[in-house]
Amino acid sequence: MEKEQHVLVVFPHPDDEAFGVSGTIASHINMGTPVTYACLTLGEMGRNMGNPPFATRETLPNIRKHELKEAARVLGITDLRMLGYRDKTVEFEDPDKLIGQITDMIEELNPSLIISFYPGYSVHPDHEATGEAVVAAVAKLPAGQRPKLHLVAFANNTIDELGEADIVHDISAVADQKLAAIKAHQSQTQYMIDAMAEGLKNKDPQVMTRLTFEQFYTYKL
Amino acid sequence: MDPVNMKEVQEALDSFKDKEVYLHMETTNGAYASHFNDKFFSAGAYIRNAKLSYERAKITGPGPYRVGLKIPFGWVYAEGITHYEIDSKSRLLLAGHDYDGKLAVALQLSETAFE
Repeated sequence: MEKEQHVLVVFPHPDDEAFGVSGTIASHINMGTPVTYACLTLGEMGRNMGNPPFATRETLPNIRKHELKEAARVLGITDLRMLGYRDKTVEFEDPDKLIGQITDMIEELNPSLIISFYPGYSVHPDHEATGEAVVAAVAKLPAGQRPKLHLVAFANNTIDELGEADIVHDISAVADQKLAAIKAHQSQTQYMIDAMAEGLKNKDPQVMTRLTFEQFYTYKL
Repeated sequence: MDPVNMKEVQEALDSFKDKEVYLHMETTNGAYASHFNDKFFSAGAYIRNAKLSYERAKITGPGPYRVGLKIPFGWVYAEGITHYEIDSKSRLLLAGHDYDGKLAVALQLSETAFE
């Protein structure tokens, strides 16, 4: 993995970082690279309330805020920014507002790499709106001053239309940290955690892949 | 939250009658329903902090339950309600959780706006 000057991660929901990119985040931090994580919402519209329920629609945001902070802690992220949007409403906001916030962060942090979602291939409307704003903010910069964009795409048509990801990071050295980040988002992941930990022990191929590799598409402007 | 107790929910509904209240209501099948099953037609609706008053309210059904509010020029209703809570702010939270414990519907009433 290339050494970066500063990495900016922009996702809409607490736990978006855990599944797809937490190994990459941990690897950058372990190399001494500062990582800023801007998380747009608190995942207020999460559906998993448990059986029997452990949360309500009104208590969930605070639970997820604590989980987000815990995930940041286990990954070593010291610059966590919660932007105060509401889950499932990002696409309805004025896009210039979010683009402006991302532009301001780029100016402030001068990241050499931005990680976010790939517009058109990221399934959830909040993911799409976030990816679009990130791409728009970077596109506004002069060609020579643009940070690299490594974007996460997982829509069902991704491979057909974009082909295989061009960036594949081996994150096996930080698999434990990745598992801990996923685990931190307990309200969302409690059902899969035991299965994943078991899979890691038994070297289950699907689990191993998830805890060994993280994939990105370089977005070309 | 606890499984619905009809008597307690009805009493709470009656306590908000003829008062100006804030309504939160949603139905959802989750943002990934069509991603995991392309034959699934994804639909949902959401309203937060609509201000209204009602003249009549009722919870009914064998469980999961239905709840209807008669408002001056129409109705509000939700079906699939399984759980309730009257929280520390005296808000009535009603929710329907599916067999996996995932929220499918919510209807909540409060005398102050939801955050």
